[in-house]
Amino acid sequence: MIQQSVLLTIVLAPLIAAILAGIFGRFIGRVGAHTVTIGGVALSFALSAWVLKLLLVDGAPSVNETVYTWLVSDGIRMEVGFLVDRLTALMMVVVTFVSLCVHVYTIGYMHDDPGYQRFFSYISLFTFSMLMLVMANNFLQLFFGWEAVGLVSYLLIGFWYTRPSAIFANLKAFLVNRVGDFGFVLGIAGVVYFTGSLDYQTVFGLRETIAANTLEIIPGVEWQAITVICILLFVGAMGKSAQVPLHVWLPDSMEGPTPISALIHAATMVTAGIFMVARMSPLFELSETALSTVLVIGATTAFFMGLVGMVNNDIKRVVAYSTLSQLGYMTVALGVSAYSAAVFHLMTHAFFKALLFLAAGSVIIGMHHEQDMRKMGGLKKYMPITYWTALIGTLALVAVPGTSGFFSKDAIIAATAASHIPGARYAYWCVLLGVFVTSFYSFRLIFMTFHGPERFAEAGHGDHAHDGHGHDDHHGERHGAHTPHESPWVVTLPLIVLAIPSLFIGWFTIQPVLFGDYFGTAIFVQEAHDTVAHVAEEFHGSAAFSLHAFLTVPFWLMVAGAASAWFLYIKRPELPGEIANRLSWLYRLLANKYYVDELYQAVFARGSRRLGTVLWRAGDVTLIDGAVVNGSAHVVGWFSGVLRRLQSGYLYHYAFAMIIGLSALLAWYVLR
Amino acid sequence: MIPLEFVLMLAGLLFALSVAGIFLNRKNVILLLMCIELMLLAVNFNFVAFARQLGDLNGQIYVFFIMTVAAAESAIGLAILVVLFREKKSINVEELDEMKG
Repeated sequence: MIQQSVLLTIVLAPLIAAILAGIFGRFIGRVGAHTVTIGGVALSFALSAWVLKLLLVDGAPSVNETVYTWLVSDGIRMEVGFLVDRLTALMMVVVTFVSLCVHVYTIGYMHDDPGYQRFFSYISLFTFSMLMLVMANNFLQLFFGWEAVGLVSYLLIGFWYTRPSAIFANLKAFLVNRVGDFGFVLGIAGVVYFTGSLDYQTVFGLRETIAANTLEIIPGVEWQAITVICILLFVGAMGKSAQVPLHVWLPDSMEGPTPISALIHAATMVTAGIFMVARMSPLFELSETALSTVLVIGATTAFFMGLVGMVNNDIKRVVAYSTLSQLGYMTVALGVSAYSAAVFHLMTHAFFKALLFLAAGSVIIGMHHEQDMRKMGGLKKYMPITYWTALIGTLALVAVPGTSGFFSKDAIIAATAASHIPGARYAYWCVLLGVFVTSFYSFRLIFMTFHGPERFAEAGHGDHAHDGHGHDDHHGERHGAHTPHESPWVVTLPLIVLAIPSLFIGWFTIQPVLFGDYFGTAIFVQEAHDTVAHVAEEFHGSAAFSLHAFLTVPFWLMVAGAASAWFLYIKRPELPGEIANRLSWLYRLLANKYYVDELYQAVFARGSRRLGTVLWRAGDVTLIDGAVVNGSAHVVGWFSGVLRRLQSGYLYHYAFAMIIGLSALLAWYVLR
Repeated sequence: MIPLEFVLMLAGLLFALSVAGIFLNRKNVILLLMCIELMLLAVNFNFVAFARQLGDLNGQIYVFFIMTVAAAESAIGLAILVVLFREKKSINVEELDEMKG
């Protein structure tokens, strides 16, 4: 039996730590701030792991209970409550584990930053928000967590608030997420409209009622209510999980410090959309149209965002585009009803993508805050631990058989192949070619950063004699090129800790998570959509699954991607430039990210500014200020200007007026 | 005995005279006060006439009240006038337009 107090502690420990570090940061100092936040998150992690163990090993029943009733309005109960089943427990462990690693890593990464305590406060607050999100048992709390992680993300992208680019990026992230959240709110409103409840279990119980209804949004056109609700909910997921066309904020969010890129924009927050759809599987299963939408959008993201990653030169942005692409894979899995595969990929991805981001951060520390891969190269010699851990992350990302990424990604590809809903063909080709793309940009990153000639010396007047200097003397501003150095242990330890699950977790967990009865009733799949079952028929243990991979197309595509990256960036490094010149239109299209940013700038940003100008000129200045405010004053002024002529100031005029009035009154009295 | 109509006509004439005085007088504030006094007297005539006609002494008692008030009013009016003159060095009605809007 899982105690309520345990769940409360899991949620509240990071919150209390965040408050302590945030408000009392000045009193408890740097060491105090990181001690208290790491302590809080470590406690959360330990208890989450214990809860997972209780659910998994001891067979404790799922918890679904209300902690606090906020208010009851018209029969709709707004509550704080926890639904902890195996899906939630898995997310809790992943979130707290990655968060813990990032907390430790931050000690090294933010070592010299004046906002040290503030940063720790934010990431602890994030952990709290994310836990609230995944542990919710009702839509309101889900929405609370949803917005809270968005807020923390906003704060952290703009963490270096003196940089104009950071402010631009955090505003962009916030606004794009508002678009998604608007859909999400409408979706929740739809749910409440048809069921009159916010509680998951009640809503899922009434899903047939929703399915029986139709909505007439445009007069004359009837839509299935369930389709509308699911697509609206998915719009929220598109914003949070950065799916095309709401993906634009994620690459820009790399303006934030690297630890949060790892924690929020790779491992946990962006997967909130995936988690939400998996949680809502009973609803999504009833609408094939919604599933097809999910599928097509996911496939488009998976393939086309990967392509952009192939031409980017910023080490963090390459990983960011890789994140977009991998989120696309998860969304594809959701679209083909392979929810368990999506959550499985979410888990493995959380480990290896956090690892890759932290490794990129370690490189950035080593390069003294240089992020351009063209100025790196040959770092393998200087940063061996970072190199090997990054390589492990890359192997997992490109799905080398046996690594965790392989099991999850191959399951998704196989599930997509088995699906027959509209759009499945397109999605299959996207995820298949995506394997080549993933492999290419991942190995391109490895080769450009860690292999090849040492280009960092060319960047400035080198002082190579500067060997073995400690971590302490790295600082923000660059002066000349330093010899890169390995990062301190607080940075490399999380790398190593994350590398272990990146390599092995898939091998041990694929059987129970994907093909066993791990999720139980948490995920609902209709018989006809059950693509995971098709994959399960061909699954005969992890080893056989890995061996079989050597005979399949994705494996060879992966090898081809790695080989072409090697050929282009190690063997013939002059070739990429030539290809870029030869196919300049394609290169420009990719380097400018399909001009989506420009389009949004022109249409939405400039359009809304123009609309604002029109409303300001016509509405505010002319109508409100001119006609209403000043207009009424003018009318009063004019009227009193007329009236003041009557006030001559001469007594006999007043007397005359009185007499006239008196006579008129008398005349009326007498003559009426 | 003088008929009631005659007395009322006299009172009406007096009243009209005083109103005309207020309107036509453009020079002197003292004249204004005197006209007001005359108006009150016209009213008093009416009171007395009706009191005699109806045999009711109340009307005549009222006349005493009005005369008392009129005396007090003239005293205050003249006091204001003195202050006014001290301020403006004039009691010309044409020049007293401080309340002009």
